[in-house]
Amino acid sequence: MPLLELEGVQARYGPIVALHGISLAVDEGEVVAILGANGAGKTTTLRAVSGTVATSGRIAYAGQDVARRGPEAVARLGVAHVPEGRGILAELTVWENLRMGAYMRRGAAVKADLERMATEHFPWIDERRGQQAGTLSGGEQQMLALARALVARPKLLMLDEPSLGLAPMIVQELFQVVRRLNEEEGLTVLVVEQNANIALDVSSRAYVLEVGAVAVEGSSDELRRHEGVRRSYLGY
Amino acid sequence: MSEFLQQLVFGLAIGGVYGSLALALVLIYRTTRVVNFAQGEMAMFTTFIAWSLIENHGFSFWPAFFVTLGIAFLLGVGVERLVIRNFEHSSHLTVILVTIALFVIFNGAAGWIWSPEQRAFLGPFSAAPFDVGGVAIARQDVGVIAVTLLTVALLWAFFRFTKLGLAMRAAAVGPEPSRLLGVRVGWMFAMGWGFAAVLGAVSGMMVAPIVFLSPTMMQAALIYAFAAAVLGGIESPLGAVLGGLLLGVGTTLLGAYVDVVTPELELPIAFVVLVLVLLFRPAGLLGRVVVRRV
Amino acid sequence: MRPTWRQLAGHGVLFAAILLLPLVISDFRASQFAYVGVFAIALIGLSILTGYTGQISLGHGGFMAIGAYVTAILSVNYGVYDLLTVPLGGIAAGIVGFLFGFPALRLAGVYLALATFALAVIVPSLATALGDRTGGTAGILLELPTSPIGALSPDKWLYYVTWAIAIVLFAAATIFVRGRRGRALRAVRENEIAAVSAGVSLTRYKTLAFGVSAFYAGVAGSLYAILNFIVAPGTFPITLSILLLAGLVVGGAASFVGVLAGAAFVQFVPLYAGDVVGRLTGIGDRIGLPGGGFDPTTPGVPSVVYGVILLAVLWLAPRGAAGLAQRLGRILRIS
Repeated sequence: MPLLELEGVQARYGPIVALHGISLAVDEGEVVAILGANGAGKTTTLRAVSGTVATSGRIAYAGQDVARRGPEAVARLGVAHVPEGRGILAELTVWENLRMGAYMRRGAAVKADLERMATEHFPWIDERRGQQAGTLSGGEQQMLALARALVARPKLLMLDEPSLGLAPMIVQELFQVVRRLNEEEGLTVLVVEQNANIALDVSSRAYVLEVGAVAVEGSSDELRRHEGVRRSYLGY
Repeated sequence: MSEFLQQLVFGLAIGGVYGSLALALVLIYRTTRVVNFAQGEMAMFTTFIAWSLIENHGFSFWPAFFVTLGIAFLLGVGVERLVIRNFEHSSHLTVILVTIALFVIFNGAAGWIWSPEQRAFLGPFSAAPFDVGGVAIARQDVGVIAVTLLTVALLWAFFRFTKLGLAMRAAAVGPEPSRLLGVRVGWMFAMGWGFAAVLGAVSGMMVAPIVFLSPTMMQAALIYAFAAAVLGGIESPLGAVLGGLLLGVGTTLLGAYVDVVTPELELPIAFVVLVLVLLFRPAGLLGRVVVRRV
Repeated sequence: MRPTWRQLAGHGVLFAAILLLPLVISDFRASQFAYVGVFAIALIGLSILTGYTGQISLGHGGFMAIGAYVTAILSVNYGVYDLLTVPLGGIAAGIVGFLFGFPALRLAGVYLALATFALAVIVPSLATALGDRTGGTAGILLELPTSPIGALSPDKWLYYVTWAIAIVLFAAATIFVRGRRGRALRAVRENEIAAVSAGVSLTRYKTLAFGVSAFYAGVAGSLYAILNFIVAPGTFPITLSILLLAGLVVGGAASFVGVLAGAAFVQFVPLYAGDVVGRLTGIGDRIGLPGGGFDPTTPGVPSVVYGVILLAVLWLAPRGAAGLAQRLGRILRIS
């Protein structure tokens, strides 16, 4: 049974229909990418899962129906959504942002995890604990958002356009962290990206969305060779 | 000189009262972006509850005080969840009117339940003054200062050091991202209202011995609190408290030393201060500029 | 927006009803309806401000107080014929309102509400403070009104005076908000930045709206003083200002009728809310619900009632962008 399953999901913003019946699945331990142009519905798909947009259709997580349950409930089930724009709590400090990642958790392990995040995975955080998060650079904010999401020890990590506005080197770093966590700890990842290249590098399977529906799906290798995908999204 | 000291202390005491109420306003504004016109009336209402506990149910002051704080918290939470929440998506104008409607309801309810006459409210502080280097300082004034500042300090510590306090701050600065982190933002807002009501109750119970308890007791205080909040910067908790102290001391000293300033003129003066601040430094002493100039 | 014949006819019927009413009611009722007229005048003014330019005012009780004191002082201390003081009361209040419009320029929504709220609380304070002119807390006692027309009792005479002024002022208001000026006023409410870029002078229209609105309230206050024949700081508490705004919201949607409804709300809810609650708790008693035991004439009951009504109206109003101001804005259009 897949960890996440969408079946015939429609979503709308007021009168505008953004998703016309999306179906996709993510198995545990996989890294799956969602590709597509602007406005294709990629972000909306993630929002459908985290419950921040009005939907109809079936959304199942770990076998449970989570469609139309609020974001707080979905988060508590172990889904971490790093939204478009990162969602950094700008007026709070770096450390406070990180601590908020652990909001849903209790116990002694939390402190240790926070420290590890700040010293091992993202060592620069250690020196900047007291800095106001809004003053970080774009790349740092993205890292912080990712760190914050990871501190929650989610089962499913959803990333929305993590490479947006970031220098290529930072993007590489970021995805390295994601890949490591997937390989070492079995973290399931669903990543939305406009940068098809890097997305196909890190994922094993991918879906290509166009105008609110799945246009192409398959393994990342297949998609790399797919003519339409190459032409529209990979640039060659 | 000794009179000056006495006036100063009294000014700080009354300033503490304004500052607590101002802090309540700022708290609600920061978390839910609502200016709660009913803050003073809620404070008055909970003070009446305290009075009733003392007069009709035989409580002594401090037990009544703490029980009232608990009731005030629940009242604040209740108002947010049952009334304010329904207007989440309404225009600003509408929400202002909602809090005004609450003003009217609490005002009326107090008059209905306890009748509109003034009555005395005995505070917990004895009348025997402190002797500070030969000057008699009213024990009550010192007590009020201590209680209000202690309340503010405890609240500050709560927000700064506890997980829940952090979550409330997170919900205030970023409700959407906070939801994704599992924070029940709606309940955070409700607790903001709860704590604000607690501040209001403290403010009311501290001022009642001075001004006599009646349904109109907090109306002037609300204006002072608004003036203080605006003076300090509507988003700044520290500013609200400082603003309150400044206004308290300022109006008291003016009233004591400038003949023209009779007690009835103190309020209009606070009003003028309010308008001047709004005109020339709308961000207040400690706030950031939010006004749109056209 | 030229009125249609049907609209004019409808208003004609209404005016005729107002004209003929005193023939069939007692003096006491006539006096009550005169108060309704007073509040109607105040509400027309308030709707120009809040409905058209979207500036919220919790201070109209204060402007009424200014008009009332002008009338009281002039007629008692200086022997001026009471009805002559009415335009003067209006002008005095209008000037204060106009001046208030300047700081109001810099205040958005909530802050303006705050400042006007403060105004409403301050004016009674000032009245107490300037005790030697204003009679302090005891206030000023005016002479009992007399009727120059033998056939009419003083109450009915004042009824006609009040409603005549109300109708004239209503007509004046509709002319005032017609055409370019009305559009400019509404533009101020909808989108200030757009208004300015379209060449609408914010200063001019906001202060104008405040001044005119206050003038109306001042006239209403003067008439109130004459009807009430006592003016004291306690005559115009903050709750009156709130009640006026509530009346505007509740009376709401349509032209003169809306203002009438609002004015009736302001006059009669405080008087009869107690009765209604009493009857409800009476009913409650009969079917075994708790609730008896409250004396419905106790003070505070009307406030609770109209507060709840206000909440209900706000709740049922369209939410979101359409919002409240839109509803208020329709008030002065002839329906």
